[in-house]
Amino acid sequence: MLNFTLQRIGKAFVVIVGVIILNFLLIKLAPGDPAAILAGEAGSGDPQFVENLRRQFGLDQPVPVQLWNYLSGVLTGDLGFSYRNQVPVLDLILQRLPATLLLTGAAFVFSLATGMLFGVLAARHRGTVLDSMITTLALIFYATPLFWIALMSVLLFSINLGWLPPFDMETIGAGYTGWRRVLDIAHHLILPTVTLGLFYTAIYTRLTRASMLEVMGLDFVKTARAKGVPGQRIIRRHVLRNAVLPVFTFASMQAGQLVGGAILTETVFAWPGIGRLMFDALMQRDYPVLLGVFLITAIVVVVVNFITDLLYRVVDPRIGIS
Amino acid sequence: MQFIKRFSQNYGAVLGLIILAAIVFLAVAAPLLYPGNPWKTVGMPLLRPLQDAKFLLGTDMLGRDIAAGIAHGAKVSLLIGVVSTLVAVLIGVTIGAVAGFYGGRVDDILMRFTEFFQIIPTFAMAVVLVAIFSPNFISITLAIAVVSWPSVARLVRAEFLSLRQREFVQAAVVIGQSGPRIILTQILPNAVSPIIVTASLMVATAILTESALSFLGLGDRNMMSWGFMIGAARTMLREAWWMSFFPGFAILLAVLAINLIGEGINDVMNPHLRGRKQ
Repeated sequence: MLNFTLQRIGKAFVVIVGVIILNFLLIKLAPGDPAAILAGEAGSGDPQFVENLRRQFGLDQPVPVQLWNYLSGVLTGDLGFSYRNQVPVLDLILQRLPATLLLTGAAFVFSLATGMLFGVLAARHRGTVLDSMITTLALIFYATPLFWIALMSVLLFSINLGWLPPFDMETIGAGYTGWRRVLDIAHHLILPTVTLGLFYTAIYTRLTRASMLEVMGLDFVKTARAKGVPGQRIIRRHVLRNAVLPVFTFASMQAGQLVGGAILTETVFAWPGIGRLMFDALMQRDYPVLLGVFLITAIVVVVVNFITDLLYRVVDPRIGIS
Repeated sequence: MQFIKRFSQNYGAVLGLIILAAIVFLAVAAPLLYPGNPWKTVGMPLLRPLQDAKFLLGTDMLGRDIAAGIAHGAKVSLLIGVVSTLVAVLIGVTIGAVAGFYGGRVDDILMRFTEFFQIIPTFAMAVVLVAIFSPNFISITLAIAVVSWPSVARLVRAEFLSLRQREFVQAAVVIGQSGPRIILTQILPNAVSPIIVTASLMVATAILTESALSFLGLGDRNMMSWGFMIGAARTMLREAWWMSFFPGFAILLAVLAINLIGEGINDVMNPHLRGRKQ
C-alpha cells in the first residue's frame, strides 16, 4: 500500500513537472513581448521603461534560465508575481480556487447522481416510453453547447420567470452571514451547476444504461432471478454494482475536463473562479497567472486520479494493488 | 450495399443524415441564398423573427440578418469540424500505430507523451493555443486537433497491440516486410472501422469546441460563425432572445445529426453490439 502510494506520487511528480515545462515553452512561443504590452498600456513607449519591466519580471534572461527559475520557484511554493495585479500568483489562485471547486464539485455530483439515476431507470424499463424519452433527452443534451444551455436557462429562469439569479456567486452588498449566506450561495449555484453538469449527465446516462444492459444479460443475474431475488434487489445489489465500473472510469477522466468547461460557465455566470481568472490572464498576457492556473489544475487532476485509483479497489475488490 | 441497407434500418442515423445533408446544402448554397457579406447591415436593427418577411429569423442589433449569418456560419463549423478531425486522426493514428506496433521503450515514451496531453483540460488548452497563435482558421483547426488526438492514439494503440499478435502479421514479419509496410498494409486496414466510428463522433465534438472558442471571442474574425453570433448576442439576451437562440439551435442540430450518424456507423461496423439495442 505504502509502496503503491510512493510510486504513484513519484509518477505524478514527473507528470506535473512535464506539464509545467510544456506550458512554459508554449507560452514562450507566443508572439509579442509582455513587457512591451504592459508598457504600452501604461502609456509609455520608453525603451528604458520596457527594459526595467523586463528585468523586474526576469524576462531579460535566456529561456532555459527563466524556466529553471520558475521550476525552482514552484518547488518552494512560489508561483511568481502577477504582471497585472502585483500580488503573488498563489494568493490570487487560492482566493479563486474555492469558487471553482464548489462549482465543479457540485456539477460533478449532480451529473453523476442524475446520470446514473436516469441510466438505471432507462435500463430497467428498456423498450418503454420512459426509456426512449430518457435516451432521446440524453442524445439532445449530449449535442447541446454548454454556453448556449447556460444562456437559454438564464433567459427562461432568470429573465422570464425570475426564479434564479442570473449571475454572481452571492447577492452583492447583502452582507448575509452564516446559514443565510450558505442559502444565498446555494441559490446562485443552481443554474451554473445544472448547465455545467447537463452534458455529463447525458454521458453518464448513456454509459450507465449501456453498462446495465450488458450486465443484465449475464448468467449470474439470471441465477439471482431464478433464485427468486426481488427485482429491486437484483438491480441494486447484482447489476448496478457491476455496471458502475465503466461509469467510474469515465468519471475519473472527466474531473479535469470539468475545469475546462468551467471557463465557459464562469464566463456566462460571472462566477469568480479560476476558469475566469485563467481566461482574463490569457487575454491580458498575464502569463505567470496562466501558468499557475494550469499547474493547480494539473495537480487537482492528478490528485483526483489518485483518489479514484484508490476508490477502484473499494468499488471492485477484484482489482489488487500493484 | 450491405452497409447502406443496414445503415438505413437505423432511423436515427437516417434522420441524422437528412439533417446533415440540409446543413451541408445550406453551407454550399449560402452565397446564392444570401449573397453578399453576412457582416453587413441589411435591415432595421432588432427585428423580431417573422416581423419582416425578408428576415425570417430576425436581425441583430446592427441590422444584420440572423438567417444569413447561420447559413454562412454553417460552412465554418463543418469545415473546421472535418479538417481538425482529419489532422487529429493523422496524428493519433501515427503515434498510436508506432507505439502499438513497436512496443517496449517507444511505446512507453509515446504513451507518457500522450498522458501529458490528457492531464491538461482539453478546452483550456485549446483556448490557450488559439489565443497565443492569434485566432484564425489554421490556429483554431490545429488547436482542436492538438487537444483531440490522444483518444485516437490510445484507441489505435490498443487495436495494434492485439492485431500485432495475429498470424497474418507474423507471416508478414517472416516474409521480411518492413515495419512501416506492415503497419500500413497489414494492420491499419484491419483497424479502420473503430477509427472511422471515433472520427465521426470527433467531428461533432470539434464543432462544439469551435463554437465555444468563437463564443469566447476566439474565432476567425473574417468568417461568420455560430459561436460568435451567440457570443455577440449575450449582452442582448434580455432584448433579443432570437439572436442567441437560432445559432445555438443550429449547433445543436449539426452536432446531433453527426452523433446520430456516428452511432449508425458504429452499429453497422460492430454488429456484435447490436443485440444490446433491442
